[in-house]
Order: sequence, then C-alpha cells, then structure tokens
Amino acid sequence: MTTADVLMAALGAVALGAGLLVVTTRHVVRAGLWLVVALGAIAGLYLVLTAELVAWVQVLVYVGAVVVLLLFAVMLTRAPIGASDDLDRVRWPGALIGGGAGAGLVVLLIDAFRWSRVALPEPGTAERLGAALFRTWVLPFELLSVLLLAALVGAIVVSRPDIGARGRG
Amino acid sequence: MHPALPFTIAALLFGIGVYGVVVRRNAVLMLMAVELMLNAVNLVFVTADAAIRAAVPHSGQSFTLFVIVLAAAEIGVGLALILQLYRLRRSVVIDELPLGEPDDR
Repeated sequence: MTTADVLMAALGAVALGAGLLVVTTRHVVRAGLWLVVALGAIAGLYLVLTAELVAWVQVLVYVGAVVVLLLFAVMLTRAPIGASDDLDRVRWPGALIGGGAGAGLVVLLIDAFRWSRVALPEPGTAERLGAALFRTWVLPFELLSVLLLAALVGAIVVSRPDIGARGRG
Repeated sequence: MHPALPFTIAALLFGIGVYGVVVRRNAVLMLMAVELMLNAVNLVFVTADAAIRAAVPHSGQSFTLFVIVLAAAEIGVGLALILQLYRLRRSVVIDELPLGEPDDR
C-alpha cells in the first residue's frame, strides 16, 4: 500500500458512502447536498490519479453548475422540505439489479487487472491535455460545441410554453 | 498505484447509480442517480488512462472532459423536460404519469 493507495481508498469510501446516501436518503434537498460530497470526493480521486485539469473541470462544472441546476429543479418542482416516505418504490428489484451490475463489473475489472501495480503517469496538466484535445480529438471537440448549442436551443424550446404550444396545436 | 482499487470504486458507484435509477420515484432524484453513473464511467476513463499506456497520450482524460460536457447538456435538457412536466401535471412522480393529453388543455 502506497500513499496514493491509502488516499484513493479513503476518498473512495467517502464517494461510495455519499453516493449511497444520495440514493437512500428521505430528504430530497439532502440528496442534492450529498451529491456534492460524492462529486467532490471523485474530484479528489482524479487528483490522486494525476488528472489535474479533469479534477478542476469536475469541481467547476459538476459541483458548480450541475448541482446548482438540480437544486433549482428541486425548489421549482416544490419538493417536500422535510422527510418523505414515498420517494422510493419497492426496493428489492433495484437492489438486485444495482447489486448485480456493481458486483459483475467488480469481478470483470478485478479479473482484468488483478493486484497489478503501475507507476503513475505524467500529470494531465492543462498544457498536455490541451495538446491532446486540439491535436488528436479536435473533431469530436468541435462536434460537442454543436451538441451544446443544440441542447441550449432544445432546453429553451421545451421550457417556454408559448413556443411549445404551437408545435402541439 | 494499484488500478484495481479505483476500478472497484467506479464499479460499485455504477451499481449504486443503477439502484437509484430503478428505485427512485422522483424524476429529479432519478437524474441525480444518473449523474452518479456518469461519474463512475468518468472514473473508469481516468483510471484506464493512468493504468494503460496508450499510443495516444491522455486520451482517457480527454474523453472524461467530453463526457462531462455531455452530462451538462443532458442535465440542461432533462431539467427543462422535468419543469415542463411539473407545469402540466403538478407532479414529478414518474410512475404515476397518465399518458396522453392532460385534462386542462
């Protein structure tokens, strides 16, 4: 066990615990706040795995934007503030499918990598990642900008009733 | 660094996300579980980038950035749909949705 392993085990425990609370808590707002903890722990895991830029993008986009949007949606749909018992349906099919998927993937990945040991690669700084993005992956990068524009226009059209009503008529 | 450790974390996180998607009845909570699944996939990408010496350096981390952008687009459109649903039905409980035209229109 090296320092990186200990750090990863600790951050992974935090991420898994917070993730479990996201899907089991009876408070809608607290689920969003536990999601912040889980996403922050995953950003820490990225840092241990030397993915600097990805970690900061995770903090900016996920913790900064996505969670705020989710909390906005919680408020706008008038979710119950206190604890509510009707957030879940029957649990055993979900536990069966989720546990099966998780256990199957664990077996698959551990079988592929065993307890092998690799040296950490050179850190993914903004300079190196930018070079990879704009040399090798420039076409998907540009396609993503078109996709973001389409998602923006789609979100506006869906959420404005005066535009949406015409299409339905 | 043992790659089995983060791979195990990612697989378990994906299982938790699947459980949330199947069990949760509130549409916003279901989207949160989808975010957990997407993060598990991102963790697999970053770990594979560190564990496997690929011909193109840092391709796993580049794909993680792409998935983060896709998740942002997905959450924008998804929340717009949920808000519109709430405006029409006054409820975001996904297993009580009557199909067809709403009555008040």
